[in-house]
Amino acid sequence: MSQAPATEIETSFVLNGTQVTRRIPARQHLVDFLREEMGLTGSHTACEHGVCGACTLRVDGEIVRGCLMLAVQASGRKVDTIEGLSDSGELAALQSAFHERNALQCGFCTPGMLMAALDLVKKRPAATREEIRVHLSGNYCRCTGYHAIVDAVEAVLEARREGAGR
Amino acid sequence: MKAPPFAYARPDSLAEALALLASHGDAARVLAGGQSLLPSLNMRLSSPRLLVDITGLTELAGIRKQGGVLRVGALTRHCEIERSEEIARHVPLLARAAPHVAHVAIRNAGTLGGSIALADPAAEYPACVLALEATLVIAGAQGERRVAARDFFRALYTTALAPDELLTAVEFPLPAPGYRSAFVELARRHGDYAIVGLAAHGRVENGTISDLRLAYLGVGATPVRALRAAAAMEGRPCEPQAVAAAQAALGEDLDPSPDLYHSAAAKLHLARVLTGRALAALVQ
Repeated sequence: MSQAPATEIETSFVLNGTQVTRRIPARQHLVDFLREEMGLTGSHTACEHGVCGACTLRVDGEIVRGCLMLAVQASGRKVDTIEGLSDSGELAALQSAFHERNALQCGFCTPGMLMAALDLVKKRPAATREEIRVHLSGNYCRCTGYHAIVDAVEAVLEARREGAGR
Repeated sequence: MKAPPFAYARPDSLAEALALLASHGDAARVLAGGQSLLPSLNMRLSSPRLLVDITGLTELAGIRKQGGVLRVGALTRHCEIERSEEIARHVPLLARAAPHVAHVAIRNAGTLGGSIALADPAAEYPACVLALEATLVIAGAQGERRVAARDFFRALYTTALAPDELLTAVEFPLPAPGYRSAFVELARRHGDYAIVGLAAHGRVENGTISDLRLAYLGVGATPVRALRAAAAMEGRPCEPQAVAAAQAALGEDLDPSPDLYHSAAAKLHLARVLTGRALAALVQ
């Protein structure tokens, strides 16, 4: 259905498995809507121009930048946040590996890192260490190294491969 | 930073989208993947009164072979270009360029048409369409018109598109037998803006290169075809002497402007290095 020009639009989408309908200002980013209107502050806002990845969300099964998508563009789609994927247990193996290896650095990027890492684990189970780094390159912030994070993701991939091989 | 206020519209047909663009003129901007438009709004570099979201237009979607071309809809996202078997088979240059575009989360949203219509001088696809001598399909109130890639990129962020027109598809000629492609790029970090990049396409027969097209990105206001460097390789095998001649000739083709980190001389040097790498990749 076409949407005529408007500055506030009634928008419905599925958020972490639950249908949400709200009137949303056209200019509001999806991540701001989630943080400010829905109280889901796990997705962070930092650079707000698509560079740091701290706002990474999953829309229709694919990771996107929450600061480069308008909330009204989520209409009719399925949005998953770090909160939803934590509660469903989908992130459990990665969270535990990050915890064990202290793969946090300052911790600000962690939600986005987990979202990007889960995308890799699901879509490219055979990823090498180099491919892990390339996949996470969209989530580099102001720390450096990311060594423990790469270790944690690699450990989860290896555990899955061993599990699959049995 | 937050975007300034604007109205948002999501038409479901090309006709409706064109009518909105025609009635709002310069005050409207087209929203496709939004991966360059939203940063520019967030940084308040532009403040349109209306965003026309074209992602619902089925006329701009899809990849299909027709006549002697592969027609790739403007809304085809980078991630779809990476995964498409049709593109890998018929336009391998585009498939090789796609992974260089930013990062996974951005490639899941950004589109082929968006990248070409914006015409960022450091973007990958404009150089690819130039090297492949592709045709841009443009819709407007007067109907459809076709523009050759060489006539499309006019100046910095300036193309042959009028404000009330939409880029609907790109037509890539199906390559004749013996043609090969290579895409090489240098960036400070994977996914960052390219310092210099090169889309190369040409015929390789018995180790001899002909009909070579070299299109560079990051070296000027638009992507640049290097005709003299390509001529220096014509009919020659990829041997050190021929490659050196092409690299030398490149100095006459390119006049790179310096950026914050690289002098013009450094950019030209890097373009020459990439030329050597691309030629080696072509004959490999």
